[in-house]
Amino acid sequence: MIDLDGAGVEVSGPDGTRTILHPVTLRLAEHRIGVIGANGSGKSTLARLLNGLTQPTSGHVQVDGLDTRRDGPAVRRRVGFVFTNPSAQLVMPTAVEDVGLSLRRVEKDARRRRAAALQVLEQHGLVDKADVSVHALSGGQKQLLALAGVLATEPDVVVADEPTTLLDLRNTRLVADRLFGMRQQLVLVTHDLDLVQRCERVLVVEDGRVVHDGQAAGAVAFYRDRELSR
Amino acid sequence: MTGLPGAYRPGSTPLHRLPAGAKLALLAGYAVLVVALTGPVSALVLLGASLTLAAWGRLPLRATARRLRLLLVMLTVVAAYQTWQRGADVAVHVVGDLLALVLAALTLTATTRTEDLLEAILRLLSPLRRLGVRTERVALAFSLMIRTVPQVLEIADETRAAARARGLERSPRALLVPMALRTVAHAIETGEALDARGIAD
Repeated sequence: MIDLDGAGVEVSGPDGTRTILHPVTLRLAEHRIGVIGANGSGKSTLARLLNGLTQPTSGHVQVDGLDTRRDGPAVRRRVGFVFTNPSAQLVMPTAVEDVGLSLRRVEKDARRRRAAALQVLEQHGLVDKADVSVHALSGGQKQLLALAGVLATEPDVVVADEPTTLLDLRNTRLVADRLFGMRQQLVLVTHDLDLVQRCERVLVVEDGRVVHDGQAAGAVAFYRDRELSR
Repeated sequence: MTGLPGAYRPGSTPLHRLPAGAKLALLAGYAVLVVALTGPVSALVLLGASLTLAAWGRLPLRATARRLRLLLVMLTVVAAYQTWQRGADVAVHVVGDLLALVLAALTLTATTRTEDLLEAILRLLSPLRRLGVRTERVALAFSLMIRTVPQVLEIADETRAAARARGLERSPRALLVPMALRTVAHAIETGEALDARGIAD
């Protein structure tokens, strides 16, 4: 359960303060939640608030009652985050080591950690890539690996910020099926209006405000109308 | 793009099986030996030893030489300069020693999993823990460095392609400025990823 309580984000720049996200109050409890909106609308900022990557400059964000500002580490253990560009997310030289890095907190022994990491890769169909350089993987494989690294620590929520934007059709399907197949709550930021139809609840963000909140079909129709008539 | 010189290649040679800590110690000892022994003959013998070692560890010599083109060009310049300044003997000694060391180091990384290497470094650093050094962080910095090399090379390739597409390949500014910016942006993204994955907590 994620609660935003008057959470807003302002940044101060050379020409004064700019509001990225106007204070918003939301309770995110549905299993599959989509967020759509134009480039620069503030939807990424909204996503990043959910695991404390960005801190609200007003109001609070809580995950299961834990405040992202006060209980940052506990919130991050609960909320996994998948970035658009998996190359930035994968920080270790090989696949098995990258998953191992996620497991470092729960498994101190190197040998057992490697075994656990291999098991995670097995579950995600990536075990044949275990010792391959992360750099040599395809875009789709990288994103699947990034997701495997996030799921390895068994978070309760996965926030994905345009996870399929850089992928071809087949890999988009693969990554999406993985996201929608997991038990975790999913908050999916996307430009893929077909994909977002698979969500129970969809938020539309425009100019730093949540301007629509409802079922997928209605939200997508609303967004199409709004954007194309601008 | 993927063939970094000295990238780990799984295998089962005795060199692969030797513990990482032992290999690090041997490399350090070997480096001392290389520096201590002077003269062209010992340099050639050591270079021969390094080549044998590299072949034994199944280091792909031809591909490695290709990836080390820049180093080889630099060494040629060094050799020419040394021959001119101090004679051919010194040139053979200097260049032979350098190549011998580079090859030995590449053989180490090619036959050792990064994770094993990190564990060994962690063990070596563990006495510093009492002084308040967070050794896990140091080890993480090492692996980030290893991971970043191919990424920076890729950024360089992409920047060069972008400059060429706009007909600016002769402008150093069109190459260096975006490359520096993108490298920094990448560093920020990596930091965010570490944060998001709770690794810095």
